[in-house]
Amino acid sequence: MSTRTDDTTAREHPIAPFIRMERMPHIWCPTCGIGTVVKCYATALADSGVDLDKACVVSGIGCTGRVAGYMRLDGFHSTHGRAIPFATGLKLGRPELLVTVFSGDGDLVGIGGNHFIHAARRNMDLLVVLVNNFIYGMTGGQNAPTTPLTAHSSTMPFGNFERPFSLPHLAASCGASYVARWTCLQVRQLTWAFAEAIGRKGFRFIEVIAPCSTLYARLNKLGSGLDLMRFYHDNVEIRNGADTREVDIGYQEKIVCGKFRDEERPTYLELMHEHYRKTLGDRYVPMPPEGGLIRGED
Amino acid sequence: MKKVIVGNHAVSWGVQLARAEVISAYPITPQTQIVEELSEMCADGRLPARFIKVESEHSAMAACIGASVAGVRTFTATSSQGLLLMHEMLHYAAGGRLPVVMADINRAVAPGWNIWTDQNDSLSQRDTGWIQLYCENNQEVLDTTVQSFKLAEAVDLPVMLVLDAFYLSHTSEPVDIPDQADVDTFLPKREARLKLDVNDPRAFGALSPPDMYMELRLRQQEAMEQALEVFDAVEAEWGERFGRRYGAIEPYRTEDAEIVLVTSGTVTSTARYVVDERRARGEKVGLVKIKMFRPFPTARLRRALAGIPRVAVLDRNLSPGRSGIFAEELRAALYDLEPARRPGLDGYVIGLGGRDVTPDTIGECLDRSRAALAAGRAPEREDLWVGVKP
Repeated sequence: MSTRTDDTTAREHPIAPFIRMERMPHIWCPTCGIGTVVKCYATALADSGVDLDKACVVSGIGCTGRVAGYMRLDGFHSTHGRAIPFATGLKLGRPELLVTVFSGDGDLVGIGGNHFIHAARRNMDLLVVLVNNFIYGMTGGQNAPTTPLTAHSSTMPFGNFERPFSLPHLAASCGASYVARWTCLQVRQLTWAFAEAIGRKGFRFIEVIAPCSTLYARLNKLGSGLDLMRFYHDNVEIRNGADTREVDIGYQEKIVCGKFRDEERPTYLELMHEHYRKTLGDRYVPMPPEGGLIRGED
Repeated sequence: MKKVIVGNHAVSWGVQLARAEVISAYPITPQTQIVEELSEMCADGRLPARFIKVESEHSAMAACIGASVAGVRTFTATSSQGLLLMHEMLHYAAGGRLPVVMADINRAVAPGWNIWTDQNDSLSQRDTGWIQLYCENNQEVLDTTVQSFKLAEAVDLPVMLVLDAFYLSHTSEPVDIPDQADVDTFLPKREARLKLDVNDPRAFGALSPPDMYMELRLRQQEAMEQALEVFDAVEAEWGERFGRRYGAIEPYRTEDAEIVLVTSGTVTSTARYVVDERRARGEKVGLVKIKMFRPFPTARLRRALAGIPRVAVLDRNLSPGRSGIFAEELRAALYDLEPARRPGLDGYVIGLGGRDVTPDTIGECLDRSRAALAAGRAPEREDLWVGVKP
């Protein structure tokens, strides 16, 4: 008997239930890495058993900023750089929610850099997914705070001379409780990292290196998005637990990936709760599930 | 030299001709091409200026302010949300009497996210103390860019030149590019009256208690009032050298007109076409283009519109809870006319978020005003919406 099947019925994509199909086609270029990251996140979310009515995504502006609008979760497409403060307000208003921030490097550590360091410092209970394509993609390839030294961008036509951030080190040194980096080639590790981080609390930071074939690759003559994936294949060095001082990304140099930090620390709301309970005693009325109200002198 | 360039590059060329010395900017659609072109001009030596792509629009304006205080010529460009993020710094540049020049590409404000044109971004910065100049075509954009530096530095006030998203920013038109030597004569190197100078130390931005503050604002207001005359002089000199003048306002075929459209930006070009067409059919219609929105050329507009039976203001903007903003400003400007010479004023809200403003849109405004005029009716409302889906 032949194993050949003539069944050509269109089947639903496994993550279709997570996507607002009415908004397809999306704006991402062919071989852009963001779709892969969304797929891994949706898979992890499905596997985690999280109540989807309690999961929400907040994005800023830029190519990755589109994620909040495309995912069939409660989503908030906020203003440029402000995804973290929007998400902070959301978490304080509804502490029971799983709040994920999905945005790009220019958004989260360029214009929004101040918010990033302070949310990490406070150990705000947010999962921050940062898709790093080394450039401002949507606006035409301007230099980003992550553009590697000597790489070309449209505002650095003779190569970048500004020192970039090493994001895992930035997050870790500001106090993030979970820090990992993967490329969008390592879909299994990335999916596991999402699943793991969903189960943790505090400021959880996952950097995902992703190809921007339209701008970063073109301006640097690196070939297609596929060529960049091959580059990841040949140049990723997995070093779980690596010292984040040693994971800088040089231009077309090895990319150190892995889980760099996974420490449980009290979150902002836990600290607040604890502090007021200690200092106010009975005057402090806990408000479930975390945090609380201060009762007036009555 | 004539070149076919988009409006964004007309700005870049203007900035190069003006020899800006520090350019600080952050990317935002649809402005980005301006600063990309400038970054190339700086990188390859065509424009000997220092360029930095900073981390936000707020920082972009702050850096312009810092450079301007040091006495150098500064420029930035932005749009929509970026302009709104600058708001605090806009007050600071104007209150600090610093001649920063900025191009704003008129783009609608979120939410609903929208990258297309309307004027709510720049008009919401009305009270920041910036001179505002609205352009109609790419030649005017280039000319106004260079003139803006001269105007700003003459009155020590910042200038925002404004152009419509896509209709100008991304549309190619032939533009005459003046010779650098001629522009250098027109606009010599900036001579700051006050600047940070180690040999003459001064403190800038100091605390100004109640016994000082009000006079600072009065001086600012006086400078704004002067800006109109200075603009005329700047334009006159430009006109002599390069043969082009635009005017703070421009009346077009308003002689004997019964209805006059009031427009700004690219809607003006469409309105000119409609006026010509209607005139050819014997209708007595004309238009007044407003180029300068701040300082508001109140007296000139009063003169241009006194005795006109009906004025139809086309506003690609809205002050929610009131009406279109140009209409609102004009109602106030015309209030002091004696009642017999005060026009009836219809304020039309059109083209928000980049909705097309076609000759039909403008025709509908004219027809409604004509019908109201014939019936001797006052406007039904202060905001008359045209082009809205049922």
